Amino acid sequence: MSINPLTASILVVDDYTTMRRVIRNLLGQIGFKNIDEATDGTMALSLIQDKAYNLVISDWNMEPMTGFDLLKAVRGANNNVPFIMVTAESKTENIIAAKQAGVNNYIVKPFSAETLKSKMTTVLGAF
Amino acid sequence: MSNGSTDRSYRRDQVVSIINSVIHRVSQPQDLPHDVLLHELHDLKQIMEDLRYQLGNTAADSVLSEHIPSAHDELEAVVGATEAATESILGACENILNAVQKKAPDMGHVVETEITGIYEACTFQDITGQRISKVITTLKAIDAKVSGLLNSIGANDDGQNAPALPTHAPSLLNGPALPQGGGLSQDEIDRLLDGM
Repeated sequence: MSINPLTASILVVDDYTTMRRVIRNLLGQIGFKNIDEATDGTMALSLIQDKAYNLVISDWNMEPMTGFDLLKAVRGANNNVPFIMVTAESKTENIIAAKQAGVNNYIVKPFSAETLKSKMTTVLGAF
Repeated sequence: MSNGSTDRSYRRDQVVSIINSVIHRVSQPQDLPHDVLLHELHDLKQIMEDLRYQLGNTAADSVLSEHIPSAHDELEAVVGATEAATESILGACENILNAVQKKAPDMGHVVETEITGIYEACTFQDITGQRISKVITTLKAIDAKVSGLLNSIGANDDGQNAPALPTHAPSLLNGPALPQGGGLSQDEIDRLLDGM
């Protein structure tokens, strides 16, 4: 399984503008250019309903809809889009809940570019 | 006045009025109706018990034992994260400048690597933002407790009831863990996911 960074589309969901910008730039460095952004789960869900993304990278703690609720809504709609949670929530119960809800991988903030690339490779295959 | 309820508040003038009445009656023993004096003393006792109950309900000691230390730890973590990010960014800038000045043959690689480091360092803003939000929640909790205490002793000028204490965040919305505060590292998260 592999993915072409030039054609793959990624949705970055985070309520912090700086974090979206950082992730977008890191993705750009490893070749991904087709990146959309959402500021919370509600906006992301709307985008996901209109477009088939290759990957969703989402924060957890957002209002009004959290990344966890977004994950449950996406999986509830039988959408298997790869989903990586990137969050400061690092308690055991968070990781277990996310896994049970169908998350593909989990990155705790603050994170390195290498960690992001490594988890994306795990989820998407080589690129 | 005393009906056994324990959730009432008394204004200062009500308490002063009862005390003055008792003093007046005791100072004029010839006119002392024994049953009235007993009744007013009973009211005073009830006020004291109610006040003690209300003060206990505010759990004001948690401000010192829980809220202040929590806010202190979060702000210390903010200072630490800000300092670490500044160090990273300054270090990256110095390395880039050094490579440019020396016209290093691998200058392109150095610049790209250091810029990645700057991106990583910038993630501190998200974490510190969440920590400061926690401190704001703590300040609101302290404000609510102080208002509750003032209400209990009838010292709130507006006479309003104490605002409700902020509820604890849902269990899955804890925000960033403190450096020594029980959160899992990335390696621990990876092992946990691998085991599921």
